[in-house]
This record gives sequence, C-alpha cells and structure tokens, in this order.
Amino acid sequence: MPILKLKDIRKSFELGDDFIEILHGVNLSVEKGEFVAMMGPSGSGKSTTMNILGCLDQQTSGEYFLDGKNVATLTSDQLAHMRNQLIGFVFQGFNLLSKTSALDNVAMPLLYAGVSKQERYKRAEFALDKMGLLDRIHHEPTQLSGGQQQRVAIARGIVNNAPILMADEPTGNLDSKTSDEIMNLFKELNNAGITIILVTHEPDVAAYAKRILLFKDGIIQDDQINDNRR
Amino acid sequence: MIPPNEIFTTAIKAIRTNRTRSILTTLGIIIGVAAVIAALAVGEGTNKVIDEQISSFGSNFIMVFPDRGGNSSNKDRIAFLTLSDAQAIEREVSGIEAISPVVDLSANLIYKNSNWSSDVSGVGSSHINVTDFKISSGRNITETDIKQSAKVAVLGSTVVEKLFYTGFNPIGEVIRIDKVPFKVVGVLESKGISSMGLDQDDFVLVPLTAAQKRLVRFSTPGRINYIYVKAVSMDALNYVQHETELVLREKHRIRRGEDDDFAVRNVTQMLEARRQANQTLTFLLYTIALISLLVGGIGIMNIMFVSVTERTKEIGIRLAIGATQNDIKVQFLVESSVLSMFGGVIGILLGFALGYVLATFVGVTPIFSFSSLLISFLFSVAVGIGFGYYPARKASLMNPIDALKYE
Repeated sequence: MPILKLKDIRKSFELGDDFIEILHGVNLSVEKGEFVAMMGPSGSGKSTTMNILGCLDQQTSGEYFLDGKNVATLTSDQLAHMRNQLIGFVFQGFNLLSKTSALDNVAMPLLYAGVSKQERYKRAEFALDKMGLLDRIHHEPTQLSGGQQQRVAIARGIVNNAPILMADEPTGNLDSKTSDEIMNLFKELNNAGITIILVTHEPDVAAYAKRILLFKDGIIQDDQINDNRR
Repeated sequence: MIPPNEIFTTAIKAIRTNRTRSILTTLGIIIGVAAVIAALAVGEGTNKVIDEQISSFGSNFIMVFPDRGGNSSNKDRIAFLTLSDAQAIEREVSGIEAISPVVDLSANLIYKNSNWSSDVSGVGSSHINVTDFKISSGRNITETDIKQSAKVAVLGSTVVEKLFYTGFNPIGEVIRIDKVPFKVVGVLESKGISSMGLDQDDFVLVPLTAAQKRLVRFSTPGRINYIYVKAVSMDALNYVQHETELVLREKHRIRRGEDDDFAVRNVTQMLEARRQANQTLTFLLYTIALISLLVGGIGIMNIMFVSVTERTKEIGIRLAIGATQNDIKVQFLVESSVLSMFGGVIGILLGFALGYVLATFVGVTPIFSFSSLLISFLFSVAVGIGFGYYPARKASLMNPIDALKYE
C-alpha cells in the first residue's frame, strides 16, 4: 500500500469573481522509503500539491489517501494528529519560533504529541545531536546561521519519528556548500527509511532524489527514476 | 491535551516578550480592581465608624429642623422654626433633660491682625449640656446674657488657637464677629478631632438673642435654625420625639393629612442617613470600577487581536507540527487570562495602598475583607477569559497554510 496516494486532485482558488484552477487532476502514488523531488517552474502547482500532501491545505476535488486514510473524511483534530505523527516539515524560510531555543523548537511537536517534558528534551537533544548541533541547543534562531537553522528545522521534522519528511525549497535560502550539507542529511535520513518529498526548482538539489516529478501547468508532466543520483 | 503548567509557561513567556504592552493593556483591570478593593475597604471602614458613633454618641438626643419636604402640601409656605416653638416644646413635652434652640451662621472672626472663618451658633445657656461640652475657663452664656442680647462669646479651643495662640487666655478680649464686637467670656474644653476627621472645636457660641439681632437679622423675629432636644433617657427618646412632633404640628396649625413643615430626627436616624449616603458613594465607586473593568476587558481583547495577528506565522507553525485548533485556542485564552490575572493581582496590591490613602483622607481605618479580594480576583480572571475568547477562537480557526504564508 502506498503511503501517499493522490487521485485526480484538483485545486482552484477564488480570485475576485473567478475561480482559477491551478491543479488539473494530479495523480501520484508514493511508496514508503521513496525520495521524491517535485520540480517545475513557479505556478506549476508543485507547492500546492505539497501543501495538500502535508494536510496543510485541502483539495477542491479528488481523493488523497495518507497512510491508507481518506484525508477528506478526517476532522481537524484528526488532521492535526496526522501532521503530528506522520509528517515532518522543513520550509524554505526555516519557520522556527523566534526567541525560542533550538531545543524548545525541536521539542515542540512532542509537546502536542503529549510526551512528558523529560522525554521531550531527551529526544529533542538526540535529534539535534544527529544534526550535529549538540553545542547549539540553547541558541535561539537569530544566533544560528541559515544552515544551522535549517538543521534545527530538520531535527524538529524527525524528532517525532514521523515516517514522512516534506521539504519545500529547503535550500532556497542557503549557499551551495550548505545546500549540499543539508541535502546529504536528507539522503542519510532517507537511507534510514524515512520517505522524503522535496519541492525544488534547482536541478542540483533534485539530483539527490531517487525519483523526479516534473510539474507543468497544474499536472505532472513527467515522472521518472533519477539515474544520475548524487 | 498539553499539561496546564506548560501552557502557563508558554503564556508567561509570550507576555514577558511584550512587557510594556502587557502592563499598559492590564491598566484598565488594575484600576478597576484597585477601585473595587479601595471602595469596599473605605466603605466598610466608614460604616464601622458610623456604628461606633451610634453606640458612643449621646444617642438620647433629637434634632428638630425646618423641612418642607419634597412633595408636601404646604409648598407655598416658608418653613422655619422660632424661639416660641422651642419654648412650647420645653413647656409641653415631658421627659426632656435639656433643650437648645440654635441660630447658625458662618462668620468672619477678627482679633487685631488675625482673622479666621468659623461657625457661629446663637444658643441658650443649656446648649453645652446638650452637646456635652465643658467650660475650661471663664463662664458659660447665662440667661441674663440672653435677656440683654449681650455681645459676649464663648470660644471653641480651635478658635482660640487660630485667633490668638495655644494656651492664651482670651477672657476679656474683644473679637469682631462679622464686624460686630463681642467680648470673650469663656473657653470650652477641647473634644479634638472626631473619628470622621472633623475638628469638633472650631466654633463660637454667642447668646441666641444676640445672634438673631446683631448677626443674622432674620425678618421674622425669633426665627431659629434648629433645636436640640436631649431626653432624660434612651427609653424616653421615642416618646419625646413623638410628643415634639405633635406639639409642633399643633403650633404650626398643620391639619390632619397635611405634611409636617419640620423634621424631627434622632441621632440614629441622622447617622442612618449618613450611612445611606455612604452606600450611595460606594455604589458609585463600584460602578466606576465595573466600567473600568469593562474597558480593561476591551483593552485585553484589542491587544489579543493584535497579538493573534502578529503571531499568525507562529500559529501556522504550531498547526503544521501538530497543534489542534483547541491547543491554539487554549494557548491564547490562557494568555489573556494570565494577563488579566496579573492585572488583578497588581490591582489588589494597588487597592490596598489606595484604600489606605483614601481612608486616611476620609478619616477612617480601611477594612479589607477576604471575600472582596477573592471576588475581584475571580472577576478579573473572568474578564480575561470572556474578552480573550473571541481573539483565541479567531486564532484557532486559521487555515494552516494561510497562516504559514503570512508575512
């Protein structure tokens, strides 16, 4: 059973009096352990698809099965639970809470999972250690470099042992050297069994993925295995 | 569900991030709660003083004064009392220990270069018995003084202090009361400051007739302002009060069914009236406090809306990593309640200080009750929850992706 399955997903937005459809029927099936890069020019629908996959946004029509469950039938609390348990997010702008230490940022998903304080900090510290940030756990985001912030965000994404990690332009704000470091971390996480969905418009970054989807005008135009993997 | 102590930690952290704003926001609550605490404490303190006065004051005396009443049938008549009213009461009512008709005015007192404004009372010889004063030097006003409308004066100790100096013996000196020369014949013993903070020794006594003829010059001969009647005992008081009313009704030719053109009050009734006035004041302060709490609540609501908007991105992040709508709602509700609770606590402390200051000003000892503290604290928390609910709900209903994209 695929861990993610999209069936004829359409999404339209209201713009004044008009409805603009930006996804014209996306079909996709992702198995556990895959590393998928979604590429395409801006406005092609890759980010919208990602948001729907991450249960941050809902499709207008079509069906999305996450871990076998039809997302459209879930309540908002169940969706929150799915995001908490199944999905880790990494964003282009890092999206860490300001004036909050790296440790507290990373521990936050566990707070909503109902994990005890002691256990939370133990696991958060462990996740930060994995990202090579053990000496930075009490730093606030403003005291960290972009690469370090993104590694904190990744630590937050994996701290709850979520099987899926979704990254939207994770290297967009980073220089190429740091980008490579971050992408190698994703590769390691994927080797450890985590399914990774990556949105990027940089071929160099997409090259880390096992499978590359090419979005164009709201549909998946091309879907192929990456033969030249970095 | 997140453990309450962790929600509190988060809320306190958020509030401390915007310290100045938080304090300004809670000002309304602080003022409201402080006003409640202070109003109650001073009100209670004042009531206690009035109670003490009722029990300690020579409560077996009544006061008669002209009173046409609000909607009386004798509106067109001018209501006043005369000396002959007092004489009739003295003659016809039994159970009276002493009676004192009084003409009251405030006048400018002059002695050489000093001057002082004070109350001047034209009284009979028994006045100091009724009001419980004693002569410390010289003599009282005599019947002879009254017959002759003698220009003599007995001074309260404060007046001696102000016109002369403390310890000076003014007997034989001549002072001018509204330019009319009066010879000082006696000085009264000091009673000091009353528990209400009033100087009880700031007055001058002159013979009733002298006041009528030389100071007030009423067009009606024998007109007086009020009459003190002291009953022989507490038991006789009701009888004396009732009989006095009957005598005056007859003398003023008030027909059956017509309203009195005078009022007879005993001390308890007068103090009761004051207690009522005190209650009105307390009620007024309560209203102000309530309005302040309301305004404070609106302030909190306003700032919570600002806070929700400012932290839209944070809300998005929290939703993305697994917070439920309820988690977000509770977070903001706790924040507004902690804010108003903080206002409540500061308000209570400030209320203590304000209570003491006000009470000193009024001249009573403030009484703080535990229930008033509890009520105002709970009320401030209720304001926080009540006015925080709508902003918290707005936060919880945000769409995760819109919140995340918010810049």
